[in-house]
Amino acid sequence: MKEKFSFGRLFMYGALLIAAITFLYPFIWMMGAAFAPENEIGKMTVWPSHAGWENFRLMIKKIPIGRSLLNSLLVASFCTTLVMITGSTVGYALSRMKFKGRQLIFYVIVFTMSLPFQITLIPNYITMVNLHLVDTFLALIVPFAVSAFAILMFRQAFQGLPQALIDAARLDGCNELGIIFRVLWPNIKPTLVTVAILTFIGSWNEVLWPLIVIRNEQLMTMPQLVTLFAVGGRADNQLGVKIAAAVLLALPVMIAFLFFQKHFIQSMASTGLKD
Amino acid sequence: MLLAIENTSKKAAFFQKKKLLPYLLVSPYLVFVGVFVLFPVFFCFFLTFHKWNIIAPMKFIGTANYSRLFHDRLFWKAIGNTLKFLLLHIPLQLIVSLFLAYLLNHAIKAISFFRASFFMPVIVSGVVVTILWQQLLGFDSGLINRMLVGLGGHKSGWLVDPDIAIYSIAVMATWKNVGLYVILFLVGLQTVPPQYYEAAKMEGASKWQQFYHITLPMINPTVFMVVILSTIGGFSLFIEPYIMTGGGPLNTTLSAVLYIYKQAFQYYNMGYSATLGFFYAIMIMTVVVLQKKFIEKEV
Repeated sequence: MKEKFSFGRLFMYGALLIAAITFLYPFIWMMGAAFAPENEIGKMTVWPSHAGWENFRLMIKKIPIGRSLLNSLLVASFCTTLVMITGSTVGYALSRMKFKGRQLIFYVIVFTMSLPFQITLIPNYITMVNLHLVDTFLALIVPFAVSAFAILMFRQAFQGLPQALIDAARLDGCNELGIIFRVLWPNIKPTLVTVAILTFIGSWNEVLWPLIVIRNEQLMTMPQLVTLFAVGGRADNQLGVKIAAAVLLALPVMIAFLFFQKHFIQSMASTGLKD
Repeated sequence: MLLAIENTSKKAAFFQKKKLLPYLLVSPYLVFVGVFVLFPVFFCFFLTFHKWNIIAPMKFIGTANYSRLFHDRLFWKAIGNTLKFLLLHIPLQLIVSLFLAYLLNHAIKAISFFRASFFMPVIVSGVVVTILWQQLLGFDSGLINRMLVGLGGHKSGWLVDPDIAIYSIAVMATWKNVGLYVILFLVGLQTVPPQYYEAAKMEGASKWQQFYHITLPMINPTVFMVVILSTIGGFSLFIEPYIMTGGGPLNTTLSAVLYIYKQAFQYYNMGYSATLGFFYAIMIMTVVVLQKKFIEKEV
């Protein structure tokens, strides 16, 4: 399309630019504030005149932030791996095998997806207490090891593949697990990426559940630790330290987003497009 | 050991023959749904008739939790706060995201820059966004008040004024989520066939008429999806008031989930907070079903 100059277009770009600044400026300000000495934080300037690492040094002294980063990575990686495995096996059975109760299971999945989490929150905490999982990583992983959404995504992806692919693999003596992970997986890469990104980000950003089941500071995930740091008064009302913690929490996701922008956006958009 | 292996291989053959393999493959889900969904729902219902602080034995108290719930002013206030939040959040979300998507749909240059910048808050943790906005909305040192004063206006108690605190949070939540809905609307807008607009232009329809009579009906499913998604998201409001205000001032930002959390993990009223959760979940499902009915009729 040819672009003609017009006031309409000028207005459009103006509006978009203002919107973009509204969304980006707070983050840019945050980066600057994290390096600013306390008395400079309130300023609107993007970069402080006396920038330094003081806020980060103070934060590292006060909370095990490095440890929490590792915890978050560990928990999110385990959750993602498990969700991809369970999602694939269940999705495969639901899409490529005939068995009694298949339709029923499908409806149960769809129904449970629309069940608000508020109803299961308290009982699930009690389950964790009874299984002695409170204050363990398992409490953060097990309840998120299966995802109804992932199952439906895999089911849909497998449905679209030709039966010949599976038949050929069977002739070669491949068992069902081999078929799923070695033959079918390479053919559904977009689905793999979508499920991986959504699960990882979901797990990374989860905060209510960790607040409930983890009390030991050494086991806390990053969002939980930063939350408690921000509310708990241990930041001694020092804004800079709080903001430095927020920066560290935001940075990994932002960097990943810059590299895999397209995948992120496509994945997130597909959450709304399931049917 | 050897026997065990032989056993499993025999079993495997047995499964194949008996067509048990599919059940084996779906078993992770069956176990999961049993332990983390079905059991909790029944257990939650069971808990609603009990008083329990986890440590002392459970005590059956009949429907006392329910009558307490109906007389619990704070709970209804929390529901009211959540509804106030939704009342601003949903329309704002719809209008802003549709407007931005509409602009982006005009073959804009640098579209990926704009899309990415709108999307940034979506992927970043709510904790970060909340800490950030706490600074923006602060009374004395907040950037927004400084800007207002700089422009000759007055300071506003964005988070400390009981009349506006919940709306400040609603605006912040919109800022966080709107990028996702921009993308959803953009996908929706691209499904409208260009011929429709051309035909309308021939008939002399204005831009606004085209939007109202062609675009809006065509993207109705997306509107529906955005309303449902932001309703469900809004009803889950928790971390924003938890960090920013702790539910204050005067409990005006106490959300229903925050109240349920406090009942369970500050006062250890497990039975009562299960009752609140149960009631609240049924309320959410009712609202979503009503929305579905209402919006589907509109088509």
